[in-house]
Amino acid sequence: MQTTTPQLAETIGALGLGAADTGAALEVATGPAWAMLIPMLPLLGAAIMGVCAIMGVRSKLPAWITVGLLGFSAVLAAAMYAWLPENGRAVSVAWEWINVSWGDEPGQTLKANFGFYIDSLTCLWMLFVTLLATLIALYASEYMSHDLGAGYCRFFAAFNLFVFSMACLVMGDNLLLLFLGWEGVGLCSYLLIGYHYKKHSAVFAAKKAFIVNRIGDLGLLLGVFLTFVHFGTLEYKDLFPMVQPYIEAMRQGAVGDIPAVVQLIPVLLMIGAFGKSAQLPLFVWLPDAMEGPTPVSALIHAATMVTAGVYLIARMYPLFLVSEWALPIVAWVGGLTALVAATIAMAQFDIKRIMAYSTVSQLGFMFCGLAFLSSVGGAFHVVTHAFFKATLFLCCGAVMHGFAGQLDLRKLSGVSFMKGWGIVGIAMFIGCLNLAGFPFTAGYFSKDMILAEAFITPGPGYQFLGVILLLTAGITAYYTFRVFFRVFVGPKQFEPGDELHGHDGHIDDHHEEHGSASRATEADEGHTPGDHEPMGGSVEERGKKTHEHPEHFHPHAPGWAINGVLATLAILSVLAAALYFFPGADKSHKGWAGGMISGSSAALVVGGEADHPTRLAAFVGAEPEQGTLFGQDPHKIMYYVSGVIGFVGIAIAFALHYAGRKESERSAANNLLQVKPIRTAHRWANAKWYVDELYDFALRKPLWAASQIFHLIDKLLIDGLVNLVGYLPRALGKGVRPSQSGVLHSYAAAMAGGLAVILLIVLLLSL
Amino acid sequence: MVSTFASMADFLAPAQASFPEGVGSVTLAHYLFVSVAMFTMGLIGFLTRRNLIIMFLCTEMMFQAAGIALIAFSRFYLHHTGQSFVIFVLTVAAAEAALALALVVLLFRGRESLNADQWHSLKG
Repeated sequence: MQTTTPQLAETIGALGLGAADTGAALEVATGPAWAMLIPMLPLLGAAIMGVCAIMGVRSKLPAWITVGLLGFSAVLAAAMYAWLPENGRAVSVAWEWINVSWGDEPGQTLKANFGFYIDSLTCLWMLFVTLLATLIALYASEYMSHDLGAGYCRFFAAFNLFVFSMACLVMGDNLLLLFLGWEGVGLCSYLLIGYHYKKHSAVFAAKKAFIVNRIGDLGLLLGVFLTFVHFGTLEYKDLFPMVQPYIEAMRQGAVGDIPAVVQLIPVLLMIGAFGKSAQLPLFVWLPDAMEGPTPVSALIHAATMVTAGVYLIARMYPLFLVSEWALPIVAWVGGLTALVAATIAMAQFDIKRIMAYSTVSQLGFMFCGLAFLSSVGGAFHVVTHAFFKATLFLCCGAVMHGFAGQLDLRKLSGVSFMKGWGIVGIAMFIGCLNLAGFPFTAGYFSKDMILAEAFITPGPGYQFLGVILLLTAGITAYYTFRVFFRVFVGPKQFEPGDELHGHDGHIDDHHEEHGSASRATEADEGHTPGDHEPMGGSVEERGKKTHEHPEHFHPHAPGWAINGVLATLAILSVLAAALYFFPGADKSHKGWAGGMISGSSAALVVGGEADHPTRLAAFVGAEPEQGTLFGQDPHKIMYYVSGVIGFVGIAIAFALHYAGRKESERSAANNLLQVKPIRTAHRWANAKWYVDELYDFALRKPLWAASQIFHLIDKLLIDGLVNLVGYLPRALGKGVRPSQSGVLHSYAAAMAGGLAVILLIVLLLSL
Repeated sequence: MVSTFASMADFLAPAQASFPEGVGSVTLAHYLFVSVAMFTMGLIGFLTRRNLIIMFLCTEMMFQAAGIALIAFSRFYLHHTGQSFVIFVLTVAAAEAALALALVVLLFRGRESLNADQWHSLKG
């Protein structure tokens, strides 16, 4: 890492960070009072949902109230964007929250208002959070309709509370309010993953998500503490100007002048970010979180909450810039996570889980973007990803809803061609194109921004990371279209899942059915690849079985709410590409997203003029090749390279899962899984690289053993001591009990004897 | 105590002198001897007999022995406290006798016997 220091310092220096007129540029205006309605409306919604639950509302009223309130929030978020002041930052304080003082020195006052920091980064996040929340609430109004009644209210209460928490996280003007929101979204995530609380796997998944997040939150909390200890404030408006001198020191290469504690803060903060955004050591909770209802997976576990880690780093970017290890660690963790999660996604059969691993993988891309000094790329990818991943999840949810919980891609085929499923098919196709990085889609542009930076940003092994990310992009294209070619096109065949609630209206039996469905899915997942190879035969049999009694099950096509939301989201996913060309307020080269970032704390240049990162090459100077790829501007080259890689991935998926599906099913000779290395790799990837088992072996088992030892100590030592105290009087009593003979004369004799002895003593003493 | 008797004899001579003529030779020691004899008989009786009523009477005898000692000392010291105390003791003894006899009757009803050995339910 030592070698990186001068490089990073030069990089930051080259960008003209810490321009002189920081004082004026960092002034903060007073924000509008109505901005605080953005979080407060969902909170009101949560309260109304509680009232609805108490009153036993059994209609879709909760959904309409939620959609209305969130929609109003979205309008206000847009108004906030339109309002943004000239210098780009404002604070509006709702009320004073914490104000404790124990001295007059700076740093002896802990002040945290319930106030909102409004800058373009806040606007960027709130715009897509509120918009997506509104759309997904509309989708959920139909999706959750089988649970009308108490469950419906409970779902929307947690949904509203989530949006409130997310708004606190994003809009909070201090790290404490951010932490409040951070824990709030964690709580809502827990509540919603465990929505089917009678289903064991859902309960375990909820607990797992909560516990794994605690590990990250510890890091975040320590980071917040250290920030306060060192800077004496938690409010952004005071904090950022204090970081300026360190940025100046970094610019001049005087890394030694930066205290170690300042360099430690971002490392601690990023642990929190890794937990919330499911990065490498802590990613295991996100795939399991798919036990929650699909709208939740789409909103919380794909589009918004999991990007909180990216937001945290973007918000605290000045602190990350002054640490010599923080960003390289972020880069490597992000890059490796992207690759590992993508390889796991290749070998899964549950389409929701594939999307979950894809989310983990894409989050890795976003972290890389931030680490490659392209916070614009990271943030832009967050936005495009939010739209296309929500689309993908909601399509999977529509399939799951329509086919009684069936998520296994081996048991569904040709869904797009069935009656009433056209919109789902098209939306899914658009989402897949985006995720695969097909040329001229939004995902293509946002991914390119990150990939190109890998080759021009100096850093430890960044070029190698760039290659890893390119490989990951290809894998992404493959697994995305594996789902599409398997499930959405091909011959029309299906096998329904075990949840027939929506069809037969067994609302009360719903949870039990859910339980059996999950058991069946787990059993399927437990199959070795060998079991699934002779797929052709079994699928045909299954097909026959379904055709034999088709009157028992008709997939019910999505209604207007789901179709409408899917169509809207698909269009928005396509339009998101326009943000790349649509110029921002400051006419920067990086489009609207670039404009949004350059005015915020995530900008590389605080208070100065934005600079194009490709100029880095000229400044770094020493190795000119670093700044180019095949001797060209990496951004231009990347348009072709990643386009080709995306094509290759899609082509392989087409060959294996569409054109070659029949052949590989019919004869084992054509099945790639017959090849030993591929079969082994497939088994490992299907078992998720045994990460859960590793945790079980490395953490759970030792903890369990330790707890056994402590249990023994408790049983033997502590309980022994306590029991001894009780045992002593009992033993004493046992010893003297025979003297209680019950014979009156023996007592009298004892008394007389005692008297005699006393008299004798008195007599002897008086002699 | 033995050592004090010699000197106290002179000191208490007026008290001894005020006894009536016929009992002039009766000293404190005589009264105390009677008291000790009664107490010892009561104690021996209580320890050796099994009949509840007899045992109760033995306790009464010990009680009265203590009363005699008190009166003797009272007279000896020419102080009325001891005598008035004995009045109270007698009153209490009367009340206690009523209680004790009632208890004996109840105990008899329980076992149809006055033998104290019939009762050992307090055995540990």
